[in-house]
Amino acid sequence: MAVNGKSLASLKRGQKGVIASVDATDPQVQRLMTLGLVEGAEVELASCALGGDPMEFRLFGAGISLRLEQARHFKVSFNGAGD
Amino acid sequence: MTKTAETRIPVSDIPVSRQPAASIAVVGSPNSGKSTLFNRLTGLRQRIGNYPGVTVEKHVGTLKADKRSIELVDLPGTHGLSAHSFEEQIAIDVIFGRMQGTQPPDAILAVVDATNLYQGLYLVQQLVDLGIPIVVALTMSDAARSSGIRIDVGALGSYLKGVTICPVVATTGKGINELRNALVEAPGSPPPEPAAAWPELTAAAEALVESATVPLSRAEVERVLIDGPTGNNRYVFECLGENASERVETYREELFGMDPPLAREARVRYDWVRRVLAEAQQSAPPFHSWRTRLTAWLNRPIPGTIGLFLVMAMVFQAVFAWATPLMDLIDAAAASLGALAAASLGEGALSSLVADGVIAGVGSVIIFLPQILILFLFIILLEDSGYLARAAYLMDRAMRSVGLSGQSIIPMISSFACAVPGIMATRVIPNRRDRIATILAAPFMTCSARLPVYALLIAAFVPQRDVGLLNLQGLVLFGLYLLGIVGGVLTALLIRKTALRGPKPPFALMLPEFRRPNLQTVLIQLMGRARVFLYRAGTVIFAVAVVVWALAYYPRADNIDPMLTENEAAAVQLEQSWLGRAGKFVEPAFEPLGWDWRVSSAVIAGFPAREVVVAVLGTVYAVGDEADEATLSERLTSATWPDGRAIFTLPMVIGLLIFYAFCLQCAATLAVIRRETNSWRWPVFAWAYMTMIGYVGALLAYQLL
Repeated sequence: MAVNGKSLASLKRGQKGVIASVDATDPQVQRLMTLGLVEGAEVELASCALGGDPMEFRLFGAGISLRLEQARHFKVSFNGAGD
Repeated sequence: MTKTAETRIPVSDIPVSRQPAASIAVVGSPNSGKSTLFNRLTGLRQRIGNYPGVTVEKHVGTLKADKRSIELVDLPGTHGLSAHSFEEQIAIDVIFGRMQGTQPPDAILAVVDATNLYQGLYLVQQLVDLGIPIVVALTMSDAARSSGIRIDVGALGSYLKGVTICPVVATTGKGINELRNALVEAPGSPPPEPAAAWPELTAAAEALVESATVPLSRAEVERVLIDGPTGNNRYVFECLGENASERVETYREELFGMDPPLAREARVRYDWVRRVLAEAQQSAPPFHSWRTRLTAWLNRPIPGTIGLFLVMAMVFQAVFAWATPLMDLIDAAAASLGALAAASLGEGALSSLVADGVIAGVGSVIIFLPQILILFLFIILLEDSGYLARAAYLMDRAMRSVGLSGQSIIPMISSFACAVPGIMATRVIPNRRDRIATILAAPFMTCSARLPVYALLIAAFVPQRDVGLLNLQGLVLFGLYLLGIVGGVLTALLIRKTALRGPKPPFALMLPEFRRPNLQTVLIQLMGRARVFLYRAGTVIFAVAVVVWALAYYPRADNIDPMLTENEAAAVQLEQSWLGRAGKFVEPAFEPLGWDWRVSSAVIAGFPAREVVVAVLGTVYAVGDEADEATLSERLTSATWPDGRAIFTLPMVIGLLIFYAFCLQCAATLAVIRRETNSWRWPVFAWAYMTMIGYVGALLAYQLL
């Protein structure tokens, strides 16, 4: 699985990606990891609020919303096309 | 911290007649459908209390069974066994049996949303190591099926040996009987085997448990290994025997190396969850129901935001329009009941206490009920349907720019109707700092009780002049609303930068799909809110109302000229009373604002409820019973200082309006702040702070205009 260095925040609506690495030093990011945002999990960008922040992701069918600054801690590799 | 596990006797060893009620803790994430299931299992056999020293509600219900009754404790929602919020800490303390006044659970009912097995299995996996029986309820299994998810319960069971798994649909009751039977069998049956998710952690915990001086569960020791000996874990650490800290440190180094333990835990556990799901869950392409289409449409930023504004406008409108007739009805009923009491009791202190103190006091409490019930009906409907989370998501950015978070939006909007339900609605805000900042900002919003005061003063003193397309009176009213919003926003900003300074809370909001709210759950929650308001806030409001009555009634004036009309006599009595004397006493402080003792008395009397000021102004300027706005306005216009200057000049009136825009003259709000923050510190602060701003605003207006 090639890590191309793009963050979760760069997903387009409807696009899927697999989390490839997480910068886990921030306790807030660790909290998000306990909700299932860990390496190997497939996520899809479902929607954005006005201005693109916060963003809503689909994680194994569940909706989870992140602020832009938090989404940047997660790097993804793409395996699907956006719309 | 006391540990009671060692004194526990297996329930099966006690004769049936002597058995205490077994206790089952209901554990699940916030949107798992936990409360709906709890209500379905216990119906009306439930009671709401408080955990000692905190405002978190404790919901306990009884599960009726043939042999014995079982107590179900509905815990605050939690995603796992390491706490990230105050409410989660409470849930975890109860699970570990270390919450005072709550017996350690004999079994666990884990509520897992079948459409979100991924996160649900993370929690179940941690619970398995508790060493007590576990029943898993897979809720919303109908929704899972319709969105194309098929769960192989047998395969799931092979990964969770010794755990009973029951698919249910709480809203229709499907699978509830099987679940009930499983719960009855659970206490006393053997605990599940450890999951094979993280053998190294299980082994380390096992070794530490064996050498502990007190019986501990693997799960408790695992938390010490992962979270370290912090806060509520410390007592576990003390039970681990000699050189515990060194041994724990050695294990932690082996287990985590340089990784943050929590991150490692998430990685290992979710790795196992994905392996389980690969075998136990199949996802077909989702079926496009009305629900998924609606969600998809509301997911687009612009329709979503427009939709949110429509929903909020509707709620605001309903709270205003539907509540007003009911409130008028309560008002009229209290007035005629008071008159009836006064007539039948004759004259005297008792009659006045009953009519003007007790009945008026009780009236001032229940007058809030229509607004509270209507607002909460909407909030509960929005919450249960999953829309509230989406509103918070959509508004997060705007609210963040003023130092609050997305979840503050509903309390703030509600406060335009009444700050009391608005403040009660702040419970949806998980972060304590955000919550208190919202509570302090909420009373600045122009509530419906400020309207009569504004209406009276604006109609009497602001000229009916057109300013462009607009009317000056309307403009002033609009300005007062704006003033409230600005005051609230600045207060929130200020307080988050000073007293409540702290890291930005992590914003991880789960956004559930829309679902139809369950009528039973909605009604039970609504009754709970009404009860909390009547008992907890009502007592304080009532007490304050009686105190103000006494201040206005005593001491009696004995030399009233019999030639005076009833109204004039009332005015003389008020001047003689403690209230009148207090008004005269504080007159020097309020003179720079242009207020004479009569205005000051009215403002003091308005402390329990600001709208009272209109009635007291009526009495004090001897308008008496005909205190309709026209006469009162005329009276006020002609009121003068002893030297003949008019009291109600435009600068003074603008100052008075500004004072009422800011000051916190509402015993109900203060009582609710006290109740929701569980301390007198915040209501006292809010009152002093808002009164001060009001005073300074009025002073500036009078002196500068």
